[in-house]
Amino acid sequence: MSTKNGKQSANSETINHIKGNPRIFTCVVLVLAILYFLLPIWWLIVASTKTNSGLFFGSHGSLWFDDKFNFFENIKQLTTYQDGIYWRWIANSFLYALVGGFGATAIAVMAGYGFSKFRFRGKNFYFNIVLGALMIPSTALVIPTFLLMSNIGMTNTIWAVLLPSLLNPMGVYLMRIYCAQSLPDEMIEAARVDGAGELRTFFQVSLPIMTPAITTVFLLSVVGAWNNFFLPQVVLSNPKLFPITVGLTQWQMKSQAGAASEQVWNLVTSGAFISIIPMVLAFLFLQRYWVGGLTAGSVKS
Amino acid sequence: MKKTTNKKQGASASAVEKKRARWGWFFTAPFGIVFLIFLVIPLAYAFYVSLFTYTQVRGNAFTGLANYKRVITDPIFMQGMGRVILYTIVMVPIQLGLALIFALLLDSFKNKFASVSRLVIFLPYAIPGVIGALMWGFMYSKNMGPFTTVFQLFGLGTPAFLTSKGIFGALVNVVTWQWTGYYMVILYSALQSISPDLYESARLDGANEFKIATKIKIPMVSSSLVMVTIFSLIGTLQFYTEPTILRNQAPTAIPIEYTPNMYAQALAFDYNQTNYSATVSFALGLVVVIFSVIFMKLTKKQSGLGD
Repeated sequence: MSTKNGKQSANSETINHIKGNPRIFTCVVLVLAILYFLLPIWWLIVASTKTNSGLFFGSHGSLWFDDKFNFFENIKQLTTYQDGIYWRWIANSFLYALVGGFGATAIAVMAGYGFSKFRFRGKNFYFNIVLGALMIPSTALVIPTFLLMSNIGMTNTIWAVLLPSLLNPMGVYLMRIYCAQSLPDEMIEAARVDGAGELRTFFQVSLPIMTPAITTVFLLSVVGAWNNFFLPQVVLSNPKLFPITVGLTQWQMKSQAGAASEQVWNLVTSGAFISIIPMVLAFLFLQRYWVGGLTAGSVKS
Repeated sequence: MKKTTNKKQGASASAVEKKRARWGWFFTAPFGIVFLIFLVIPLAYAFYVSLFTYTQVRGNAFTGLANYKRVITDPIFMQGMGRVILYTIVMVPIQLGLALIFALLLDSFKNKFASVSRLVIFLPYAIPGVIGALMWGFMYSKNMGPFTTVFQLFGLGTPAFLTSKGIFGALVNVVTWQWTGYYMVILYSALQSISPDLYESARLDGANEFKIATKIKIPMVSSSLVMVTIFSLIGTLQFYTEPTILRNQAPTAIPIEYTPNMYAQALAFDYNQTNYSATVSFALGLVVVIFSVIFMKLTKKQSGLGD
């Protein structure tokens, strides 16, 4: 017994020794983490202000601004290059993300509510299939979806991107958990006893209570659609329909191709920088929703 | 008298039940339809397509499971599969290890600085994978990246990130940068939901912070750890975006069939082998599902997903 205790205290001594002052240790780790996670973003900010040649031969290296500040010139060029298709890509991304996200959320909210508050035959089987679908990798669906769509002539339309993004089994799962935990059956029962119909109960009693979960499912769906790359890249060939993720990679490829084609590195960097601003701002302002949303379902009650 | 009312009540109760059931279907139907059209039917269709083989001579001929026989002996597919499995083995522990360390540090160190750090570590999640890969691709570049200057300071040459030797680490780094914060936030929030009383009594018993972390905090968030592991497992096996983007810069280091998803795309678009492409997609999906099921079975106790 005493040996064990001795061992333990020796152990903790070494640990304390390794850690030194835990506060300083933590600070050092966090500072290193901040540097690492901010490095590419800082690089991008700087790069977006450079000319094409400044990116290669900038006078102060790649982590500091060049003598020539070209940011506004780059924006001007983005607006004129290929008839300003860049802004169209941004608009497409907004369309796909917001409309797709809204649709996916509406469907997930209804389904989560339905699974949580109604009993019907086959429900468990139905829901278990949805749970199983959480494991089917979304990218494994891309080629099959493409094959199906090309068979019915639906590729190269906005629907080819919008409609598949309505599928959000994770959202259904989160909504069901939330409804089960935060929406008391008694409340719904009371509304029914008062003579409210199911739709009215849903809209006036349940939806307000579900708001936090709805917000998070919406935000997660929007991010998913905004970041989507594989699906639009496969189903779209008309550049006018591209979201920003696909558009920028086309420019990158073009610049990489070298001498024969045009090099637009400065447009790739400034375009990339501008494209991340909306989502980064949304993150900063909606912090608590993200955190809440990511936790829902991850914590066993 | 009593009996009839009971009966009547029973009848009306079942009518209510029926009505409720109908509403249940009403609420879940839109999802069911989307689920059917964009998950069940594509998968069924892909499976159907995979049972055929197109040849110039015979056209589209039914060949049963021949394509599956081909896929498991296809060295290109197997190499791709081996690669993503290797990525999984390396990347999942790195990401989750870092995420857990950050989460534990932030949880024990609550102040303004910690909340700023939390936000910064999470920030890459707000940036599309494509843009993340683009940025790192630029940074890896010998001509444009900062590493040349940094390494010159120490009299060293730039590490060759974009060669077949360096590309593995280069991709691990991009994905780690992108996803660690997301997993960290999930684990951090799980830590937040533990009652502080537990730590108090542990401290009274003489436990130090390290002990509290390993003996209380980590076990308490094990269900979140399992969930996060499944996410990152599924994500890594589907590896596509990052190698596709970096391939533009490093076509020799990243062949077009680098991962199974890239292979499926190449088959469909570059090689015009629709049937076989469907087979590869289907096989990949199957492998991912098998991996996740095995992992969930192994961790059934922690996951809480089993029941």
